[in-house]
Amino acid sequence: MKAALLSVTALSRAFGGVMAVDQVSFDLEAGKVNSIIGPNGAGKTTLLNLLTGIYAPSTGQVAFDGADVTGLPPHRLAARGMARTFQNLQVFFNMSALENVMVGRHLRERAGWLPAMLRPAGLVAGERASREDAAELMRFVGLGDFVDAQADALPYGALKRLEIARALASKPRLLLLDEPAAGLNPTEARGISGLIRRLAESGVTVVLVEHNMRLVMGVSDHIVVLDYGRKLCEGTADVVRNDPRVIQAYLGTAVAA
Amino acid sequence: MDWRTPRTGGIASLAAVILLLPLALPNNYWYEVAILIGLNAIVCVGLNLLIGYAGQISLGHAGFFGLGAYGSAILCTRYGWPPAAALAATTAGVGLLALVVGRPILRLKGHYLAMATLGMGIIISIVVVTEDQLTGGPDGMSVPAFSVLGLTLAGERAWYWVTGAVLLAAVWIALNLIDSPAGRALRALHGSEVGAGVSGIDAARAKLGVFVISAVFASVAGGMAAHYSGFITPAKASFFHSIELVTMVVFGGMASTFGAVLGAATLTLLPQLLTVLKEYEMVVFGAVMIATMVFLPRGCLPSLMQALARKAR
Repeated sequence: MKAALLSVTALSRAFGGVMAVDQVSFDLEAGKVNSIIGPNGAGKTTLLNLLTGIYAPSTGQVAFDGADVTGLPPHRLAARGMARTFQNLQVFFNMSALENVMVGRHLRERAGWLPAMLRPAGLVAGERASREDAAELMRFVGLGDFVDAQADALPYGALKRLEIARALASKPRLLLLDEPAAGLNPTEARGISGLIRRLAESGVTVVLVEHNMRLVMGVSDHIVVLDYGRKLCEGTADVVRNDPRVIQAYLGTAVAA
Repeated sequence: MDWRTPRTGGIASLAAVILLLPLALPNNYWYEVAILIGLNAIVCVGLNLLIGYAGQISLGHAGFFGLGAYGSAILCTRYGWPPAAALAATTAGVGLLALVVGRPILRLKGHYLAMATLGMGIIISIVVVTEDQLTGGPDGMSVPAFSVLGLTLAGERAWYWVTGAVLLAAVWIALNLIDSPAGRALRALHGSEVGAGVSGIDAARAKLGVFVISAVFASVAGGMAAHYSGFITPAKASFFHSIELVTMVVFGGMASTFGAVLGAATLTLLPQLLTVLKEYEMVVFGAVMIATMVFLPRGCLPSLMQALARKAR
């Protein structure tokens, strides 16, 4: 296995007495689509929040690109090349759709307070480039029709794509998607699947948390299965699909008569 | 050039109003009201960046206004500084103070931030009243006229044009800021602080920056008010004045720069117009406020613009 882009070691997080994530370790290879699956309440979203700095872990380590990033706040992780989307959308509804994506470019447009207030020619040129880049990204995720819309005028499926476009605007090396297909119809879900493949081909490492098994099995290079906060197993789609522990976790055991 | 954007059409409209308004001002008293409106509008445009755009409350901005006024007054009268230097040094000092005070209190959110800024305003107000050696205490103090390079700025008409020019500059700066990377960061953390964080925005830094900018706006207006009226009392640094300023921003329309100007104008003008009602003045004033918030819930300007846009369609 090549050097891991993301390396998680004995990561745990307790809420009160409940171990939401319990001693989880895994390595994710660069340039691959990695999925985290598990039954409801397995700790998938908590794990994603730990990886992206929304929560601080109780114990354990996260290494990103060889450096220890445990406990760093989200904006510092973003600066290192992480981006994510949310299951419960975190869209800026007080802005236009295009501006939402432009916010994603924040780290690439280092303008201070003074130029922001006085608007010199350099800033104007940068803003124009930023606008074009953001519009291009919106078209890439299939939101070409919404470039001039306000964010609060977008339908649900479009908002999910808007978050992906915002995340991509930072040119991340690692993109974490939290249930991108939840609430979408089968056609929209297939669209997301195609989008994930295109992202992986463009060199972005993807971490996918998803309930839609058809999507996960079709798109993933590597799958980590969680149950009750612990890692159950990991491997390719075929390995995971045939692992009796996974089947048991999802369907339960046959009760002995 | 597109004349429908706030930065072109909006500023041009405001400039036209400022240019033409003197035709409708019958005497010095109404000039004074107009100047008062302009000074309040400068504070509100800055405060609106903090409250309307970044979504952070401050119930202590009259403190910065008061410090701007007293700082300039004290440096001029007690230490013999030239007014221009006093105003500049005070502005820098207030900005620095906002930086130091803002760092711990901007970690607080919602009601707790309101309480902390309220406390900050009250402390400033108490200091102004009790340090009577410097400030003249509750009686206030007189302030020399503003002069720069031997030219003295005196009279209602001269102050009208200066206030108008500074207001236009304040509006231009605010509009620039809102439509810049830094401004988008502010609006983003208002929309979703978590979403802003994962987009790489350092929320603490962004909040502190806009807090300092809004404090500087208030300080400049305070210094101008002191030199203009020639006299300053602690009322300008009081809790009541802070509430008045926030009310103007909310009344005019949060996250609308021209709304902040409109709010300042309406709520400065209204008490002057209502004096004919004598003892019923405050009752009618309150009723107008309640009616506005019920019928124009997003504040005057945004609600009116929305209604117009709907009609146009």
